Amino acid sequence: MSATLAAVLQAALLALCVGLLARPIGTYLARVFTSERHLAIERVIYRVGGIDPAADQRWTAYLASLVGFSAASIMVLFAFLQLQGSLPLSLGFGAMPTDQALNTAISFTTNTNWQSYAGESALGHLVQMAGLAVQNFVSAAVGIAVAIAVIRGFTRSHTDRLGNFWVDLVRGSIRVLLPIAAIGAVVLVFGGVLQNLAGPHDVTTLSGATQSQLGGPVASQEAIKELGTNGGGFFNANSAHPYENPNPFTNFAELLLILLIPFALVSAFGTLVGDRKQARTVTLVMATLLGLMIVVTTVSEFAHPGIAAQLAGGAMEGKEARFGVGSSTLFASVTTGTSTGAVNAAHDSLSPLAGGAVLLNMALGEIAPGGTGSGLYGMLVLAMVAVFIAGLMVGRTPEYLGKKLGPAQIKLVALYILVTPTIVLLGTAVALAFEGPRGSILNAGPHGLTEVLYAFTSAGNNNGSAFGGLSANTPFYNLALGAAMLLGRFLPIAIVLALAGSLGRQGPTPATAGTLPTNTTLFAGLLLGVVLIVAGLTYLPALALGPLAEGVR
Amino acid sequence: MPASILDPTLLRGAVPGAVRKLDPRLMVRTPVMFVVEVGSVAATVLAITDPSAFAVGLAIWLWLTVLFANFAEAVAEGRGKAQADTLRAARTEAEGRRIDDAGHESLVAAADLQVGDIVVCEAGDVIPSDGDVVEGVASVDESAVTGESAPVIRESGGDRSAVTGGTRVLSDRILVKITARPGDTFIDRMIALVEGAARQRTPNEIALSILLSALTIVFLIAVATLQPLAAYSGGEQELIVLIALLVCLIPTTIGALLSAIGIAGMDRLVQRNVLAMSGRAVEAAGDVSTLLLDKTGTITYGNRQAVELLPAPGIDPADLARVARLASLADETPEGRSIVVLADRLLADAPAGSEAGVDGEASKVAPAGATFVAFSAETRMSGLDLPGGTSTRKGAGDAVAQWLGGFGAILPDALQEEVNGVSRRGGTPLVVAESTASGHARALGVVHLADVVKEGMRERFEELRSMGIRTVMITGDNPLTAAAIAKEAGVDDFLAEARPEDKMALIRKEQEGGKLVAMTGDGTNDAPALAQADVGVAMNSGTSAAKDAGNMVDLDSDPTKLIEIVEIGKGLLITRGALTTFSVANDVAKYFAILPAMFAVLYPGLGALNVMGLASPESAILSAVIFNALVIVALIPLALRGVKYRPSTASQLLRRNLAVYGVGGLVAPFVGIKLIDLLVALIPGIA
Repeated sequence: MSATLAAVLQAALLALCVGLLARPIGTYLARVFTSERHLAIERVIYRVGGIDPAADQRWTAYLASLVGFSAASIMVLFAFLQLQGSLPLSLGFGAMPTDQALNTAISFTTNTNWQSYAGESALGHLVQMAGLAVQNFVSAAVGIAVAIAVIRGFTRSHTDRLGNFWVDLVRGSIRVLLPIAAIGAVVLVFGGVLQNLAGPHDVTTLSGATQSQLGGPVASQEAIKELGTNGGGFFNANSAHPYENPNPFTNFAELLLILLIPFALVSAFGTLVGDRKQARTVTLVMATLLGLMIVVTTVSEFAHPGIAAQLAGGAMEGKEARFGVGSSTLFASVTTGTSTGAVNAAHDSLSPLAGGAVLLNMALGEIAPGGTGSGLYGMLVLAMVAVFIAGLMVGRTPEYLGKKLGPAQIKLVALYILVTPTIVLLGTAVALAFEGPRGSILNAGPHGLTEVLYAFTSAGNNNGSAFGGLSANTPFYNLALGAAMLLGRFLPIAIVLALAGSLGRQGPTPATAGTLPTNTTLFAGLLLGVVLIVAGLTYLPALALGPLAEGVR
Repeated sequence: MPASILDPTLLRGAVPGAVRKLDPRLMVRTPVMFVVEVGSVAATVLAITDPSAFAVGLAIWLWLTVLFANFAEAVAEGRGKAQADTLRAARTEAEGRRIDDAGHESLVAAADLQVGDIVVCEAGDVIPSDGDVVEGVASVDESAVTGESAPVIRESGGDRSAVTGGTRVLSDRILVKITARPGDTFIDRMIALVEGAARQRTPNEIALSILLSALTIVFLIAVATLQPLAAYSGGEQELIVLIALLVCLIPTTIGALLSAIGIAGMDRLVQRNVLAMSGRAVEAAGDVSTLLLDKTGTITYGNRQAVELLPAPGIDPADLARVARLASLADETPEGRSIVVLADRLLADAPAGSEAGVDGEASKVAPAGATFVAFSAETRMSGLDLPGGTSTRKGAGDAVAQWLGGFGAILPDALQEEVNGVSRRGGTPLVVAESTASGHARALGVVHLADVVKEGMRERFEELRSMGIRTVMITGDNPLTAAAIAKEAGVDDFLAEARPEDKMALIRKEQEGGKLVAMTGDGTNDAPALAQADVGVAMNSGTSAAKDAGNMVDLDSDPTKLIEIVEIGKGLLITRGALTTFSVANDVAKYFAILPAMFAVLYPGLGALNVMGLASPESAILSAVIFNALVIVALIPLALRGVKYRPSTASQLLRRNLAVYGVGGLVAPFVGIKLIDLLVALIPGIA
């Protein structure tokens, strides 16, 4: 079988599996977040935490709970990293430097999982399991909670109460992420991923050199790393490391885990708003964007000029031989389209256009299909932009899912689309304007520019993947990227919750033949145009000086 | 004849206005254009300090961009101003002949008339202010307000009692009770409206400008942060080039035309003789999903005509005709008169010597001593009480049955069948009955009044349905009659035997379901419903209470116009959406013009983006800026006339408008910029 055909078949199989699983999981998600019952374990958690699970929170209270929880998470994680030396299972690693610890704490709490450290040479098992892995669960659950709260804004009327953050958080973690991650971990162990509590031991390589190999609870970390669209690797090499991702089977399983919840949430959205076609339209746009990126990256890698590439059948630099071009570009597209940021190949080594494509994939706002929860609410905000413009063209005050988009709503939508470009472009501009941050760039010319742009795009959009080629462990990058992750996570969340509150306060507007239908292919095409023009064009000048300058000849 | 919106005189008149609007304090209200103005100032300074054909050209065209935007707004305002001048002339410094309590008459300046004052107006007098006729009837020339030269009747009581200040009494004498405070008359409000002085931005316009401001800020950031990136790459850009890029990227097209679109939308209503008291109502008109239409005058021709007399079993048709005629003699309504006409014709055909024979013209008046029993909403009957003790009545079946019951008589079943039969056929049945001095009463038969549905209404409602608008016919008829007419006219629903409070309840019910409701009304008892409706169009012929309650006034008093108002509301929103789409889609081509111009020197590979093959970096940038400015001018007619609204479903509309303005917006600038570049390249120092 030719490599191209294999790539196509693998992508098609992935699409099929996601397509088969998203619907039932979506139905399950919808039930989880509308159920009146609490599990016994949940009741214990509520009692211990002093939480009244029956309290229906206004959007402000929902947001305050969320921010409070996340702030506490950052502090706990920061303390873990600072006190590592005195903790058990530390494998002898000491405290992380303050700026790096802050960056890491923010990174894992914001579901970004940008890593300016190398796991195997900085962290012990306790911090990995009780610190980072816990955030892998709850930061993903926070994203799901926000998406559910936003859906409630659409489905509820005459109230700005959006549910209970604590209940959503607990249910998302216990009923959704834990069971699926457990299954995922078993599958990965079965596939050959490492799972133990071993410390480093030395092995002798084929060439006779000595290597220190670290064991650890890898599979359990790996499952939630992908399922929660986190992406922070146990090892520095992330999913390119054979202990994290030993073979094409585990690679496929990881891809599936990454895409599962983002697409299932869209399905749940359709169920909850009572119109499955709405979900189909959103899915269509997400899948098209993702498909587009897969095609661009894959074609660009296969067609890479150069004798070495021709001989290898594609650009193999920075790729694992056990995955080849197809699995690597597929992984690169999926990981950047979902705010996961796990990598199984070096993005720095992608051909310029493929590198530009994965960069753009993040820059669009992580909506193809985006992170757990964040992908859905990000896409819904862009859908509101599309509805607003198109709604005018059919001669009515624009309305989406029965809610009118008036000045109050558009103000929030406008703020939302301002946030990430501002963070990303300002961050990149500042980094490039000063001598110090410029010193971290390892490559000259447009490739170096891409390295910085990629770092801020990844942080601002909470992706977490690194292009590489940038020495990011400096106080400047640790703090600047930390700020980008923090603002890029919580400003949009605050805005969408406010938006959900204002939508919930409205009564429903019944659809008529004069209402713009938002569940059609035509609307999907329009939404795609809005995503590319409104979200994409902003970055075109910057992209022109990076990947385009490097890639267009 | 109102001037065309693109009348050369008006266009010339708008030029000084366009320059005056350069005042930054005014410009800042349109953030997009304010950014362009700031850019123009900066470009001018740069062109002076470092002159070149390129810099000077850019500065000029940036200023023209701002001026074109201001020009669009000034043109839109121009026609309103001209109209306001005409109205001001109508608002003469009239004097009112005020009558005090003692009956003395004194001349008072119109501006000094207070609410509640009584003035007398005779033939030739200009009515000094708005008011209600409290005594008399007169024909009034309202052309100063409505432009319609045919005089209208204004009379005390009823729904035609309102008079407007500035109109002229042509005949007779009326007493008018002033209802408007000085300076707040209908004409004053109209002047403020057409001049745009009272114009407030509508919710949707505000929402759109927020979105446009956000896009402006995004591109401001994108361009501002580009310089450090360019500097790092070794291709630092001139400030003037960055200004050009910014102006091309921000949504100037829609930003420039947004306010003109709003003014022109209001103006389109004024041209159709509809005064919208708030722009909000115009927008709401586009959103309406339920139309309440009065049957009479809107759906049907209004005057129901007697078409046949159906006698009860055993009753001589001539007897029925005679009683029906008697009962209608004093009835001045068109229906009443049509009964007399029909009865006369039937009686003339009757065999000679019949006791019910006609004795000439003299009989067209009621017999001496007879008392007319007028129709009332309570009794729903009218008739004559004759001196001899005989009474004749005609009225709704159940009302007459009740009346008969008072005499111990009943409505025969066979007659009830006739009543139902007429109703089923869409007619209005009137039962004719009489009672004698001896206290006997009997029903003689049924008058069939037919209601004629206006031509084309069925198609109109079909159209409305495809637009997602449900029509509800409001009628005082009984449910059977209403159902038949509703079916014939093709409305979606009807409200029969409607009292004002039923109308109100219906509006509330629709609104609770999230629907927007539009209605027309003219009577005082319509006022609460007019106020409750989202779009309440009061007939100018109606009472002042109705006019105050509604948010629009139709000077032509044409209830069918509601449909046009909905279309204008939709057209306004469509125009905004279309130009926004066009504006945003234009950015793609501009990137292809400007990005290679900026960076192809640095990275020759980026020259591949110059798909238009523009002559030089300077000509490319200048051409993009010129295109950006000219497209504003090119779209002024569209903005002012509005995108034509063709009734169709939302999907069809979206598909068409997306094809025209979305795809058109993508393609047009590629062609336009290329053509401009061919000319610009001829300028020495550019190519």
